[in-house]
Amino acid sequence: MFESALKGFLEGINHFSAGQAVMILVGILLIYLAIKHGVEPLLLIPIGFGAILVNLPLTELMKESEIWNEKGLLRIIYEAGILTEIFPCLIFIGIGAMADFSPLLANPRILFLSAAGQFGIFLTVILALQLGFTKLEACSIGIIGACDGPTSIYFSSRYARDLLGAISVAAYSYMALVPIIQPPLMRLLTTRKERTTRMDTLKVSVSTPVKIIFPIVVTIFTCLIAPKGAPLIGMLMLGNFLKESGVVQRLAQSAQNELINVVTLLLGICIGATMSADIFLKETTLKIFALGLVAIVLDTVCGVLLGKIMYRFSKGKINPLIGAAGISAFPMSARVVQREGQRADPQNFLLMHAVSVNAGGQIGSVMAAAIMLSTLSGMGIIS
Amino acid sequence: MDDNLKFGLALAVIGMGGTLVTLSVLGLLAGLLKKIFPF
Repeated sequence: MFESALKGFLEGINHFSAGQAVMILVGILLIYLAIKHGVEPLLLIPIGFGAILVNLPLTELMKESEIWNEKGLLRIIYEAGILTEIFPCLIFIGIGAMADFSPLLANPRILFLSAAGQFGIFLTVILALQLGFTKLEACSIGIIGACDGPTSIYFSSRYARDLLGAISVAAYSYMALVPIIQPPLMRLLTTRKERTTRMDTLKVSVSTPVKIIFPIVVTIFTCLIAPKGAPLIGMLMLGNFLKESGVVQRLAQSAQNELINVVTLLLGICIGATMSADIFLKETTLKIFALGLVAIVLDTVCGVLLGKIMYRFSKGKINPLIGAAGISAFPMSARVVQREGQRADPQNFLLMHAVSVNAGGQIGSVMAAAIMLSTLSGMGIIS
Repeated sequence: MDDNLKFGLALAVIGMGGTLVTLSVLGLLAGLLKKIFPF
């Protein structure tokens, strides 16, 4: 009797594997990076804690079952929020409500430059395919180049569920590493003369009707071009419309605060819960991290190169550095451009131009994902 | 050329071209909005 009671008491320890120990250390590492270095703490804290929880033996938090109330707690949240794609879409409402497209609207032609910041997505897909990933897995990995966590989660939860944990962690980690990844590339690809290019002062004054109508125009236009992206772009623009309409401040405030906070918590812990040792500790995870880095490098390279083309066409009026801000990591990328510009010329102020491109990158990343979805649908790869 | 490479290249051309054209048109539409509603 005493022996069996002791066996039950120690059952968890008896089932503890080396892989689970490694994953618990990974969870602790994510929490450390979030607390000590401020790396995306809103996401990495719940992800790290979720990774610890799910790797403790016999907890059954992700237990699968045909019977609803026999499923694990995190499995229920995961199926309700991630497999249904509700969480990333709700996050987009919050992001839209927080986004300010005024700098972009002040200089709308610059939106063109934000497109190059998405090229890394598509180029990385080719590389991922060559490394043996399936078509849909390769597309989900390429989306890391959007530098947009919710889009990555939306895509991988639909088309590469086994890779969801690795793709999400890679996406958020690289977003936080933008200030380290981009500057050397920017310096490598531009001459000192190009970096010291001063641009005219940008007046960020846009009329209220423009700000109100813009999200409606974007929604209608984008959904006509790429209807499969409607959940992404529709929710992003709904959030922005709540804010800009000016008559539903309570809803806008809720989207910016309560909604996004609660969903971020649940989303983070569910992503962590997908990081069990048997799924995460594979060679595939290393490949995903390598490809994610390549995607962001290619985004930056393409953005700066298009900036250089615009520099030539504008006869030296556009600083090519602002091309690097065409990714969705807002406002980090714009700050990097400002810092690099001032490194070459301390009196050079590129911030507002970079913010314009960076705001365009927020729309561009979702647009690129929407176009990818519609293209895949057109090819008959998704229904 | 294998099927995967064909797929990747097709997606890259349509994806990058589509994103560039769509964002450029959106930029033009935003510019038009500014002209219709200057202040």
